[in-house]
Amino acid sequence: MSSIDSKPKTLYDKLWHEHVVRSEADGTALLYIDRHLIHEVTSPQAFEGLRLAGRQPWRKETIIAVPDHNVPTTDRHVGITDPVAKRQLETLDKNCMEFGLTEFGMNDIRQGIVHVIGPEQGATLPGMTVVCGDSHTSTHGAFGALAFGIGTSEVEHVLATQCLVQKKSKNMRVCVDGRAAPGISAKDIALAIIGKMGTAGGTGYAIEFAGDAIRALTMEGRMTVCNMAIEAGARAGMVAVDDTTINYLKGRPYAPVGKQLEQAIRYWKTLYSDDGAHFDKTVHLDTSTLEPQVTWGTSPEMVASINSSIPDPDLIDDKVKADGIRKALAYMGLEAGTDIKQIAIDKVFIGSCTNSRIEDLRAAAKVSRGKKIAATIKQALVVPGSGLIKQQAEAEGLDKIFIEAGFEWREPGCSMCLAMNADRLEPGESCASTSNRNFEGRQGQGGRTHLVSPAMAAAAAIAGHFIDINEYNGDD
Amino acid sequence: MKAFTQHTGIVAPLDRPNVDTDAIIPKQFLKSIKRSGFGPNAFDDWRYLDAGGPEIDNHTRRLNTDFILNQPPFDKATILLARENFGCGSSREHAVWALDDFGFRAVIAPSFADIFYNNSFKNGLLPIVLPAEMVDVLFKRMQQHPGVQLSIDLATQTIACENEIIASFDIDAFRKDCLLKGLDDIALTLQHADEIKAYENRRRQTAPWLFREALNKS
Repeated sequence: MSSIDSKPKTLYDKLWHEHVVRSEADGTALLYIDRHLIHEVTSPQAFEGLRLAGRQPWRKETIIAVPDHNVPTTDRHVGITDPVAKRQLETLDKNCMEFGLTEFGMNDIRQGIVHVIGPEQGATLPGMTVVCGDSHTSTHGAFGALAFGIGTSEVEHVLATQCLVQKKSKNMRVCVDGRAAPGISAKDIALAIIGKMGTAGGTGYAIEFAGDAIRALTMEGRMTVCNMAIEAGARAGMVAVDDTTINYLKGRPYAPVGKQLEQAIRYWKTLYSDDGAHFDKTVHLDTSTLEPQVTWGTSPEMVASINSSIPDPDLIDDKVKADGIRKALAYMGLEAGTDIKQIAIDKVFIGSCTNSRIEDLRAAAKVSRGKKIAATIKQALVVPGSGLIKQQAEAEGLDKIFIEAGFEWREPGCSMCLAMNADRLEPGESCASTSNRNFEGRQGQGGRTHLVSPAMAAAAAIAGHFIDINEYNGDD
Repeated sequence: MKAFTQHTGIVAPLDRPNVDTDAIIPKQFLKSIKRSGFGPNAFDDWRYLDAGGPEIDNHTRRLNTDFILNQPPFDKATILLARENFGCGSSREHAVWALDDFGFRAVIAPSFADIFYNNSFKNGLLPIVLPAEMVDVLFKRMQQHPGVQLSIDLATQTIACENEIIASFDIDAFRKDCLLKGLDDIALTLQHADEIKAYENRRRQTAPWLFREALNKS
C-alpha cells in the first residue's frame, strides 16, 4: 500500500489517495467506501430509490444498520407508542431483511448509537473510508479513518455503487498541546477549538487533530474530539494511528485476527502525516490554561470558560455576529455580562454520540457518587451509548450511583440529543447537556441547551447551576 | 435528478448567520419515510406560533407574521438570500427537500456547510456562493425593493436583476453539467463499474482484512 510518490503527505492525503477509483480532469474523484453505517432516519428514501431503479446494494457485507435516533430509552418491552416513529423503525427492519443486510435490532445487546457501536464492534478500522447518513460520522476519524457524513441521496449512491463522487478537501491541522488540569476532558478541548475557529472555520477542510494533548487521550476522548469536527464546519476529523488505536481494536468482533491482523497493523502504522507535509491551515490550542467550557448561545461557537461571563454584543464590531448574539441571548433568556456559574438549569442530559461511552459515564458517576441532584432539577437522564456500554456500566455499579443520586438510568439511543423520541425539553427549559448541538429547538421546541462535558453536567445536576469541576470538592 | 437551467423569482432575505438544518426542518418531521411533503414545515419553529408535529394539521396553527416567509410577497419567494454558513449542522437531506417543497430553486449565501451544499445539487436546488459584500448589497436591495426578482442563469453562471447582470458565480464543472442536464449520478457512476471492480480486486490483495467473508458474522 505504499505510494511511489515520495512527496510528504498528510494523513488525509494518504487516506484519500488510497481510495480513489478514478479521477476526473476537474479534480472530482470516485472514492471507494469501505464501511457504510445506516440508521432509520436517513435511509428509507435511499432504499426506496434503489427499489424504484431496480438496483441492489453493491457490497452488502460492508453495511451495518442500527436503529438509534427514534428508539425509546424506557422499557423496550413495552414497544414504541409513537406510530410514526414505529413505522420508520419497521421500515429499517424491512429494508435490512429485504436486501439481506446486517442489523443490530432494537433488542440486540449490540444496539446503540451508530457512532458508538461501529468502533465498539471493531467495524471501524484505521485506513477505512466510513460513511453514514449522519453528520457525526466524523467520530470514526479517531481511528485514522476517513469518515464523513452524507445525505440520503449519497446513502443511495453508496448502496448502489460502493462509491461517492467527491472533491478533495483542503488540509487543516489542529495542534493541541499542553498538560491539561485534571477536570479538563476531550469535550472541553473540542468546545474550545470550536470557540476559537468558529462553526464555519473548518468548512472545506479535513481536520487532523494532533499534538501531545490528543496523543494523551484515550480512544473515547479522541472520538469525542473528532465527533465535533463537524461543529467546526469540517466534514471529517481524524487522528493518526498509534498504539492506543491498535490496542483498542484488538479482540473486537469485526477486527482482523492472526496473520491478517499483523498485516493490517503494518499498514495502520503508516497512517500519520509525514514530516514536512503541507497543511493549508494550522490552528493551535494550549490546554495547560484551559478551563471547563460551557456554551451559552445557540451555536457551538458561542462558548465560554466556566469562570467567565456571557459576552456583550454591543462590544462586538462585526454587525452580523453581534446580531447573532442578540438573537441567541433572546432565545436563551440570558443577559450579556451574566457569569456562566450563575446560569441555572432545569434538566440534565448525559449521553449522545459525543459523550455516552464508558469513560464518559465513569466521569459523571465519579462526580455523582454519594450525592443528590438539586431539588430544582426536574429531570436528569443518563443514556448509555450502547447495550454493551450499559452492561459494562452496570457491572461497575455506575447505574446504582446514578440512580441513588436521582438520575434516570435509560436504554441506549440518541435520546435527548435531538429529541426525536419522547426525551425532550419543554419550552423555556435549560439543560446541561453532553451532546453536540445547542441549536434553537434542538432538544425540544423552545428548549435551551448548554453543551458541557460529562463531569460538568453531573456537577451541574448536583449544584442546580454550573460550577467549576476543578473547584468541586464533592461537599457542595 | 431535477435539472436547473434558468430561473427567475422573488428573493426572500433571511438575515441571520449559521442557519442550521434543525431550523430548516425540525426533527419531529424526520420520521417521514418519504422525500416529499416537507414544505409546509420548512422553518417550522420560526414560521408558526404553535407547536407542530407530523400529526398536527398546519392549517390549525397560528402563523408568526413577523417571519419573512409569512409576509407577502416573500411567501411566494423561490430564491432564498442568506448569511454565512447556511445549512450547518445535521446532514439531513430533509432540509433540502423542505426548501424544494416550499418552492425554492436557489439559495444565495456567502458560504454553505459542506453536506448541505452537496445535498442541494442532488435535488436540483442551486446553492450560489457570492462574496459577503455582494450578499450585503443584495440584502440592501431587497430591503429597498421588496419583491424584486432575480434571474439566475446556470449556463453563463450569472445573476441578473431587471435585465442587468449584477453578479457572476463559480461552480464545479461536473456539478454544473449534472444540474444542467438533470443527470442521474448513480447511473453515471455505474458506467465505471469495471473500474470499481478492478479497484476491489487490487485491494483484496493489499488489504485482505477488509474483505473477510466472516466480517459480518460475529
